Amino acid sequence: MTKALPLLLVAGSLLLAGCGKTRDVLPPEAWQPAPAQAGTGAIDQAGTVPPPEPVRSTTLAGSQAALVEAAGSDTILFPFDSYGLDEKARQTLGAQAEWLGRNPEVRVSIEGHADERGTREYNLALGERRANAAKNFLAAQGVGTERMSIISYGAERPAVDGSNEEAWALNRRAVTLVVSGR
Amino acid sequence: MIRTFAALFLALIAVPAAAQLRIDITSGSQAAMPVAIPAFPTGAPVATPAGNTAELGRQVADIISNNLSGTGLFRPLPAGAFAAPTMNQVNAPPFGSFRTAAAQALVTGFVTANPDGTLTIGCTLYDVFSEEKLAAQGFTVTPAGWRRAAHKCSDIVYSRLTGESGYFDSRIVYVAESGPRTKRVKRLAVMDQDGANHRFLTSGASLVLMPRFSPVNETLSYMSFQNDRPRMWIYNMGTGQQQPVGDFDSMSFAGRFSPDGRTLVFSVTRAGNSDIHAYDVASRTTRRLTSGNSIDTSPSFSPDGRAIVFESDRGGSQQLYVMNADGSGAQRISFGEGRAGSPVWSPRGDLIAFTRIQGGKFRIAVIRPDGSGERLLTDSWQDEGPSWSPNGRVILFSRTERNGRSSLRSIDLTGRNDRRIPTPLEASDPAWGPLLR
Repeated sequence: MTKALPLLLVAGSLLLAGCGKTRDVLPPEAWQPAPAQAGTGAIDQAGTVPPPEPVRSTTLAGSQAALVEAAGSDTILFPFDSYGLDEKARQTLGAQAEWLGRNPEVRVSIEGHADERGTREYNLALGERRANAAKNFLAAQGVGTERMSIISYGAERPAVDGSNEEAWALNRRAVTLVVSGR
Repeated sequence: MIRTFAALFLALIAVPAAAQLRIDITSGSQAAMPVAIPAFPTGAPVATPAGNTAELGRQVADIISNNLSGTGLFRPLPAGAFAAPTMNQVNAPPFGSFRTAAAQALVTGFVTANPDGTLTIGCTLYDVFSEEKLAAQGFTVTPAGWRRAAHKCSDIVYSRLTGESGYFDSRIVYVAESGPRTKRVKRLAVMDQDGANHRFLTSGASLVLMPRFSPVNETLSYMSFQNDRPRMWIYNMGTGQQQPVGDFDSMSFAGRFSPDGRTLVFSVTRAGNSDIHAYDVASRTTRRLTSGNSIDTSPSFSPDGRAIVFESDRGGSQQLYVMNADGSGAQRISFGEGRAGSPVWSPRGDLIAFTRIQGGKFRIAVIRPDGSGERLLTDSWQDEGPSWSPNGRVILFSRTERNGRSSLRSIDLTGRNDRRIPTPLEASDPAWGPLLR
């Protein structure tokens, strides 16, 4: 059976090639203006095309989108030069921990980031602290540390391009990323 | 030790001028010295793989002019102000025309093609008024290496007239940047000190940061995010071979070699905490030098290898500390308003350059190793990451404008000569290499 399949495919393509050949035999049609319609107003129409069948995106269990949907966000923000978790960050991480509890096969990488207003080395160290603070909070909520890794990007991967307070606030962050799951 | 360096420093500037023609590079208020650098003559022009010798003679003079004017200490006179000496006049130039042009010094020489395919480039420095020959040296180079002779000639002139060693025959490694800030592409690149012979060393596939030269051989240390493992690597420029440093399951970064090239110091993170480690290049073993919950990073050896300056937030904010090379006896040296980071010890030993963060600005500053004499050298939105010239007189750094554009710049110790270093793309994290051998 499995051996026959390629043969069938070959035969099929030969068949198709044959059809193509038949069509090719016909000489190309010279373009001609459409004959003028004698005032009837009739439109030549033979059929309709149905609308495309609908496709709806669904969130897969254990995916990044599922984490965001369940926890409200994959990102927590930090004050300037700080790796302390405020109430909002704790809520988000708490919800992430719950979701991770329901999806025990998921592993995450927590990325720590800093804004551009620090020296290169300090920002790398600060990003590490932020990622670690998020990891520790998740661990305290029962997420196994073997399921979490951390990485710091310092100021190298801002979420937002801009040199102003709003951009910096959004760039001082830790992001929980699903790296494997179901 | 600090006192020794200070004494050495004082001795150097107190030496009475041996020749009347001399530039005091410490004052910064002196007018630039007018100097004539006519095209270097050749005999009958000979074609070489680097161009014909007459054209090379003009380019050698241009390179020397560019090097010397870039110091802010010399003012090369326009070529039309005097007649260029001929091959026969190199040893007895017509000083009258140079005096008329108000030149104080004359740099001349020659370019000749040798039968074996090499080039010999002569370099002579004259005091135009005393007509005294202050220095003379020839360099034999391959056609591909002719620019080095021009840099070495520049070093001779600079050294003879300032009393300091030169720095023109050297290279810079840095990070070339392109693309939007949220998806920045960063590549290692190396070039001559004046921007010539530019080469990219990495493709940009992995994020790379903070390259630094070994002071003794053709290797670089740098940080790469290759395979999402941010860690230190060593790059052998001769063979192109790259190797990760040590085997840490966490981030390692901010490396710098010891003056003898045998040790690489850098930070290793563990559970959010960054500590300074020393890696022995030969035995591939690592020792931890600092501990505690603070951010300890950006280590840099003193030129005698006995001390390390680094930054730490152990006192509550990012500040500079000096400790013994074994990690003992750490003392804070930066005080005052704001924060202080990315320190690097001058090859002369007398000063430490660093980034002063104060009043919403990042500026390049210097401080003595005992914490005295802090001085700001630049004033901009974000200047950071200083690196010293081989003679400890000029500092390279990266400047980021408020619009996010970044470039390499240099500033001399007077703070008066802030120059842009040309690069083909945007640029950051410069490190000045040692004088070439």
